[in-house]
Amino acid sequence: MSKYTEEQLEEELKTQEYKYGFYTDIESDTFPVGLNEDVVRAISKKKNEPQWMTDWRLEAFRIWEKMEEPEWANVHYEKPKFQDIAYYSAPKKKPKLNSLDEVDPELLDTFKRLGISLDEQKKLANVAVDIVMDSVSVATTFKKTLGEKGIIFMPISEAIQEHPELVRKYLGTVVPTTDNFYAALNSAVFSDGSFCYIPKGVKCPMELSTYFRINEGGTGQFERTLVVADKGSYVSYLEGCTAPSRDENQLHAAVVELIAMDDAEIKYSTVQNWYPGNKEGKGGVYNFVTKRGLCENNAKISWTQVETGSAVTWKYPSCVLKGNNSVGEFYSIAVTNNHQQADTGTKMIHLGKNTRSTIISKGISAGKSQNSYRGLVQINSRAENARNFSQCDSLLMGNECGAHTFPYIETKNKSAQIEHEATTSKIGEDQLFYCNQRGIDTEKAIALIVNGFSKEVLNKLPMEFAVEAQKLLEISLEGSVG
Amino acid sequence: MELQDKLLSSYIAFEDNVDVNSDVHEIRSKAFQNFEKVGFPSKKLEAWKYTSLNSVLKQDYSLFPDEVEAIELADVKKYFIHEIDTYKVIFINGKYSSFLSQTTHDQYDVCLMSSALTSQKYKPVIEKYFNKIAKQDNLTSLNTAFATEGAYINIPKNTEVKKPIQIINFTTGAQTATMVQPRNLVVVGENAHVQIIERHQSLTDNAVLTNSVTEIFADTAATVDYYKIQDDKVTASLVDNTYAEQQSKSVVSVHTFSFGGNITRNNLNFFQKGEYIDSILKGITISEGKQHIDHHTLVHHITPNCESHQDYKGIYNDRSTAVFNGKVIVEKEAQKTNAYQQNNNVLLSDRATVNAKPQLEIFADDVKCSHGCTIGQLDEDALFYMQQRGIPKKEGKALLMFAFANTVLESVKIPEVKQRITKIIAEKLGVKIGFDL
Repeated sequence: MSKYTEEQLEEELKTQEYKYGFYTDIESDTFPVGLNEDVVRAISKKKNEPQWMTDWRLEAFRIWEKMEEPEWANVHYEKPKFQDIAYYSAPKKKPKLNSLDEVDPELLDTFKRLGISLDEQKKLANVAVDIVMDSVSVATTFKKTLGEKGIIFMPISEAIQEHPELVRKYLGTVVPTTDNFYAALNSAVFSDGSFCYIPKGVKCPMELSTYFRINEGGTGQFERTLVVADKGSYVSYLEGCTAPSRDENQLHAAVVELIAMDDAEIKYSTVQNWYPGNKEGKGGVYNFVTKRGLCENNAKISWTQVETGSAVTWKYPSCVLKGNNSVGEFYSIAVTNNHQQADTGTKMIHLGKNTRSTIISKGISAGKSQNSYRGLVQINSRAENARNFSQCDSLLMGNECGAHTFPYIETKNKSAQIEHEATTSKIGEDQLFYCNQRGIDTEKAIALIVNGFSKEVLNKLPMEFAVEAQKLLEISLEGSVG
Repeated sequence: MELQDKLLSSYIAFEDNVDVNSDVHEIRSKAFQNFEKVGFPSKKLEAWKYTSLNSVLKQDYSLFPDEVEAIELADVKKYFIHEIDTYKVIFINGKYSSFLSQTTHDQYDVCLMSSALTSQKYKPVIEKYFNKIAKQDNLTSLNTAFATEGAYINIPKNTEVKKPIQIINFTTGAQTATMVQPRNLVVVGENAHVQIIERHQSLTDNAVLTNSVTEIFADTAATVDYYKIQDDKVTASLVDNTYAEQQSKSVVSVHTFSFGGNITRNNLNFFQKGEYIDSILKGITISEGKQHIDHHTLVHHITPNCESHQDYKGIYNDRSTAVFNGKVIVEKEAQKTNAYQQNNNVLLSDRATVNAKPQLEIFADDVKCSHGCTIGQLDEDALFYMQQRGIPKKEGKALLMFAFANTVLESVKIPEVKQRITKIIAEKLGVKIGFDL
């Protein structure tokens, strides 16, 4: 066969169009653009929220007004105009359905093109899917099965109605409204998201999964996720995103809060594939996400992410290791291509004794993209015997992209043991040659090498997701992989 | 009066004492305007996130100490590397001390900045190199505006300097706190070789603030070994700004040994302007009490086929704080770069703090860059092993710490400097060493 070179690969990468770029035409109930207290009140009213929730949003809005957009991240983009965004959009038909037959066929078609077959998943993967279509849930499955175990898994707007005491107790405790610019914005205007509560000692029998999609052009998406795992419980939560191709930049500012009480474990996996913009760097989603988890004694939180989409990503899933013997993990693959920019990493805050954290970050940059790892490992003076291991590896394809590492390590305790290592490399000619010698063509060899490079993280994904993640890697770097 | 205001208002008086018609004066004025604009760095700046100068800036410093106080050689001999013959460029309170110095103009120039800045003979060199790579930032600008004195070293091509050069800045300020701003220029010609030992030493219990700038230019295949010994009194603070520009095949190494001082900040910047360059940045830090020691390094790989090696070891006791911020930038033209960065730290106390930020910014694909950073303790098993064999715990610990720091020590090329450093470390650790390194 003809020789497949890296140049050809680059060329293919450049011309690779966004595969999921289509747009569903569903009549939407959209607010006029702009943001002020009235809009916040209107969102709250629309959701039929209790007074405390409205007040909470308003407080967040007032804090947000005084805040400035952060500029420290290693990304450059045109700032979103916050007064030009419509802060609420919901599909007009909000069906409360028990079976798929009642779902809008157009919606079903969208999901099919995304490769999500609800019925298939219901049967084969044993996954309960809570689909968020433009911020409002339109389909919830397996709710009954979960209900028997006492597990609450529902849109957060419903949870505010049905379990206000739980939401009120935990909302904003890990990511306070004052945390940062985007978290404050999200707190003020979040339209929906998921709420999950696992009761004491319950092991969630299935992977919980939510698919997010941005659907309406020019609307911002503000998800709010709250997962509470009570003492001794376990849950694995999956989140996956794809967005249709749109020319204007779309803002996505989500907040995810995880609370793992004593002996609980939360596994949170994300596959993010928002629209990255076209090859000239036009369009694409701005993904400014605040994710943080709190670990009590002996608790464990594990973040796994595969980031392939978005024009600009700004995301640091963090663990606050408050309890003794708690464990935080972060596994990440970030792929950037064309003009994508990613500034992502994690924060591990060690407060309790014998706390452990592991950070494995793999960055792959191609085209003209910029990929940054930014992480903080902080050992406080009372965190005896804290242990951290960090590894950040970058793979560069072509000389127009960049890989950056900004690790911050702050230690105030002598018993801490911290190791940090980072490497940057490209796919070696000798590696390719070795494969070629053994009859593996260059394209397959590159796939093999990228796969091997990412394996440590891919292995951490739940089975059902690993396949999809691999598929995404392939699409993002198509030509090089498989 | 705030130090900044004091500096700003004294500039006019300062101008009366210098030649306002020289080219250098224009550079000074510009630097002064820049400092006027940016002022002293605050913690809000990313580069100063972990280091605050506030406590140091509160002192009322005498800016132009005019009296040169006589120093007996016997009193200060211990601060020299006196075991070997060296050239010496010695300053007391920022003023040249001819009594203590030994300079030369034979074959090469090892002399004074003040004469280089004013004499016509040196004009071409000053025009070509002075303030060319020093950053236009806060403290470097301040130095550029006020500095009049320092060491001037110019080595022509194919010359090996016969003996090492010692640059020592003494401060005596018996009456008041003193601020000094030395300025050194080191120009090393093609295939030339020079070794330099630099030290700042306070002889008073009053506060001292030193804001030093050194520019090093290494031409093709030149070799520069620069050793910084920082073992000052706890009342003395130091901001050391060193800039090195390298041409093809040159090797510049800077070793920084930080043991003393109140707040010590080392800004070390390397710019690679040719191919097959090697830049070596190494350091040993041992701190105690409330000391604060900050190493801030930058290696800018601009051209292909170059290497850089960074290795910083730190041992921190009591309530001391340490910062390591190492930055490696690899431009997209700088293919085949090998950049290594290593930072290892040992905390001996629960109240000591380490803040590390090993940073990589890479724009080229065919490079090998790695950095490693560890924070940990001495190996308990190794210590136990030694105790079992009759080595007391204290000596055992010291042995382990020497072993820990040895990767830096072993690359010191002047044996006497190595001995001196070993001695200082042994004193710090409170042991008598019965072994050679």
